[in-house]
Amino acid sequence: MADPILSIRDVSVTFDVRPQGAWPWTPSLKLHAVSKLSVDLMPGETLGLVGESGSGKSTLARAVIGTIPQSGGQILYEGRDLAQMTPQETRRHRRDVQMVFQDPLAALNPRMTVGDIIAEPLITHEPRTPRQEVKSRVAEIMDKVGLLPNLINRYPHEFSGGQCQRIGIARALILKPKLLVCDEPVSALDVSVQAQVVNLLRELQAEMGLSMIFIAHDLSVVKHISDRIMVMYLGCPMEVGPARAVTATPRHPYTQALIASVPIPDPVREAARYRPVLEGDLPSPLSPPSGCVFRTRCPKAQPSCAQARPAMEAADPDRLVACPFQEVEEVLAEA
Amino acid sequence: MALLDVSDLTVTFRTNDGPVNAVNGLDFTLAEKESLAIVGESGSGKSQTAFAIMGLLARNGAATGRVAFDGTDLLSLSPRQLNTVRSNQIGMIFQDPMTSLNPYIRVSDQMAEVLQLHKGLSKTDAITRAVQMLDAVRIPDARARVSMYPHEFSGGMRQRIMIAMALLCRPRLLIADEPTTALDVTVQAQIMTLLGEIREDFDTAVILITHDLGIVADFCDRTLVLYGGQTMEEGPTAPIFADPSHPYTAGLLRAVPRLDREAEVLRTISGEPPDMSNLPAGCPFSPRCEIARDHCPTVKPGLAPMTDSRHRACHATPAEMHEEMRDG
Repeated sequence: MADPILSIRDVSVTFDVRPQGAWPWTPSLKLHAVSKLSVDLMPGETLGLVGESGSGKSTLARAVIGTIPQSGGQILYEGRDLAQMTPQETRRHRRDVQMVFQDPLAALNPRMTVGDIIAEPLITHEPRTPRQEVKSRVAEIMDKVGLLPNLINRYPHEFSGGQCQRIGIARALILKPKLLVCDEPVSALDVSVQAQVVNLLRELQAEMGLSMIFIAHDLSVVKHISDRIMVMYLGCPMEVGPARAVTATPRHPYTQALIASVPIPDPVREAARYRPVLEGDLPSPLSPPSGCVFRTRCPKAQPSCAQARPAMEAADPDRLVACPFQEVEEVLAEA
Repeated sequence: MALLDVSDLTVTFRTNDGPVNAVNGLDFTLAEKESLAIVGESGSGKSQTAFAIMGLLARNGAATGRVAFDGTDLLSLSPRQLNTVRSNQIGMIFQDPMTSLNPYIRVSDQMAEVLQLHKGLSKTDAITRAVQMLDAVRIPDARARVSMYPHEFSGGMRQRIMIAMALLCRPRLLIADEPTTALDVTVQAQIMTLLGEIREDFDTAVILITHDLGIVADFCDRTLVLYGGQTMEEGPTAPIFADPSHPYTAGLLRAVPRLDREAEVLRTISGEPPDMSNLPAGCPFSPRCEIARDHCPTVKPGLAPMTDSRHRACHATPAEMHEEMRDG
């Protein structure tokens, strides 16, 4: 089996938070955005991250691209630890790992033309590229993402959301990266346009052999695009496994609750479905519950859940679940 | 008689580039206790329809046509008269609960204001009623929390407060404009369950404005599909989802990835959402329609009855549409 392109081992990310109105000498509070999370990503694979807002998906993505330092554990990119890379290796990592952002318009500089925006990473990383080649590579990538060549001198505000997202994708792909991190790339788009962008990402991935980390709060989209899904809650992994298996037969109570709350656009199925509603809100990450972080909202919680954080257990060969009381529940039984 | 009868509603905005129609001659009715979904993408005019009904259009906007609520035309009322209808008869919930609550005023005072103004209650009575209503929308420990400020609540809780506030005067119609778009799925499920229960308890008619086909399927009796400010299709929810009769509805339903289905490639609707300042003279969907006829961009299809309760606006017959959309 091939080596993973990205290996996340026991990674924690914490932020220091100053409590409101605190004295200068009171210690900062620690906000645990990601805690002790491990997962591997294979070349050419898509890993979907799902979870409610505040579950640490975006923080993890930012730690992977190296914009947020991890406070514990290791992130290995092609076997090299991000924290111990030489400047040359860091530059290569930054070339190889590119990101697509949620708000397509906000992610583009309004005073640069589309051509300049797309060419910028290339000029930054390969400053010696001749002008002509820059031009031809920009044209090539624009064609690939479905942007007409005559749009090259326009500004971002002249485009619709879907087209802006295509520009963002073109910019991320011009350096021929190996890993693409997509943070909610389709959440801001209309349904009809969302499907276009999802299809585009899949095509490009197959064509360029990209690995992908795909973050979205819409489980249906994540399931559609991912090979594997990791469900996160309050910075902790709850369940990792093949996309189809995780959505069809979720084992962790949180995954089950998450899938039960996704409405299906079919009135007949919807009426026949049993949908238990998860009560309450996400607890504060400043003081996460002891033991299993999900226990305060979990329908299956036992007193023992408060004692220790459950380890990720192998439920079946490619499936890890962090719950000792896990059982398969057919939340989406086929009609 | 229908509770709400909207006929030929047109909303026009004066802009620097000339007048832009956000809504073009919309007709629909809503019966007492009924729930209607208005579905559409950005720029379809769904929110402007709600704002026109409530008299909340931006200053450069104007509504023409007729919006009869219980027999009175809301568009012809003075702002004063309209104020007695708003909140008393029609309540509204907005998309972002944080920006629609005043951050400087305690929840208790914001809620009491509604009752003091519309029902003439004393402040203590009004707060008692507010607490009861917060209990009804399942805010735990409502008595203690009523005197908190909006920022002290989570997003889901704030939306519950908005719902409670809209219900204080027991309106007969509740307009919910994308009530769950800013919320997580789990919280969305909580809020939609709550809205369903409230409909039963209070006998309120509901207009739900959304782009999410999933919550429509779950919640609404009838569905109206808007595109470019015009009705594409309208009728009872179940048949529309089972057998859409308009190419736009059919395309939209195919473009949504579903949790319960496997699909290698999503079927898409080509092109971009419409430019409202530059709509074709005919069907607004024609530039993106895969079965468009030669005359579609120039001749507007009227909204014609398909069955007793269903209407559609398309030049192709449903049979032709199914035949031509099957492959490709």
